[in-house]
Amino acid sequence: MVSLFSVEGLSGLLFFCFIGLTLAGAVIATSARSLIRSVAGLALCFLGVAGLYYYLNSPFVALMQILIYVGAVCVTIIFAVMLAGSSELKQLTQRNGLVGPLAILASGILVFALAGLALKTEWLAAPCLVNRGTVEDLGQSLLTTYSMSFELISVVLLVAVIGSLVLARQGRDK
Amino acid sequence: MEILVLSNSLHTYLVIGALLFGIGFYGLVQRQTFIGMLISAELILSGASLNFMAFNRFLAPDPTVGQVFTLFIMAIAAAECAIALSIIIAVYRNYKSIDTEDVVDLQG
Repeated sequence: MVSLFSVEGLSGLLFFCFIGLTLAGAVIATSARSLIRSVAGLALCFLGVAGLYYYLNSPFVALMQILIYVGAVCVTIIFAVMLAGSSELKQLTQRNGLVGPLAILASGILVFALAGLALKTEWLAAPCLVNRGTVEDLGQSLLTTYSMSFELISVVLLVAVIGSLVLARQGRDK
Repeated sequence: MEILVLSNSLHTYLVIGALLFGIGFYGLVQRQTFIGMLISAELILSGASLNFMAFNRFLAPDPTVGQVFTLFIMAIAAAECAIALSIIIAVYRNYKSIDTEDVVDLQG
C-alpha cells in the first residue's frame, strides 16, 4: 500500500505523466494535419520516452535521448519541412477511404498481439548481475567489449553525413 | 494504491513499447507525405528501444548491454534521418512535391 503523498506515490504520479506525454505525443505525431505540428508531437513523445528511460535506471541514455532526438533529429526534420514541405492540408491526391480504418484495424491487431504476448509470457529474471549498469560501467563496456561496434558506428555516421551532403547537393545548379 | 508502483514492472514498459510500435505502424500506413512516414518510422524505432531498455533493466545479467544497444539504435536512427531527409529534398527538387502518390514514375 503506497500513499499518494509519499516519495513512491509522487514518483508513480510522475511516471504516469511521462506515459501520458509519450502516448499523446505519438498520437499527435501521427494524426496532426500539418507537418510542423506532427514534428512537435514527435518531440513531446521523445521527451516522455526519455522520462521512461530515467525510470529504467539509465539517466545517461535518457539525456542522450533528449540531446539526439529532441535536439538533433526533430530540428533536422523541421528544417526539411521548411525547405520542402507544404502541409498535408491541401490533400493533393484523394485515396481510397478504406485506408484509414484498415490501418487502425491492422495496428490495433498488432498492438493487441504484442501486448498479449508480453503479458502472458513468464519472464525469468537474471540469477545474478555482473555490474550495476552505471555510467561508469557503460563507458567501460562501450570502450572494451563493444569498441569494434563503436568504431563501426562512427564510420556509418561519417558515411551518412557525406552521403546526405552529396544527395542534397545534386541538381542544385538547376 | 497498487497502480502507483507500476513503474517497477516489466509489463508496463512492454505494453507502452507495443503501443508506440502500433501508433508508428498506423502512421506509416496512413501518412501521405515522406516526412510523415519518416516521423512514424522514428516512433517505431523508439518503441523498439524502449523494449530493449525494459528487458535490460529487469532481465539482463549485464545491465549495460541494452543501454549500449539503445545508443547504437539512436546513432542509426540519426544516420537514417539524415539520409532520408536529403533524399526527400532531392525528390522535392525534381517533383516539386513530397506527396507519396506523385512519385510514381516507375509504376507500370
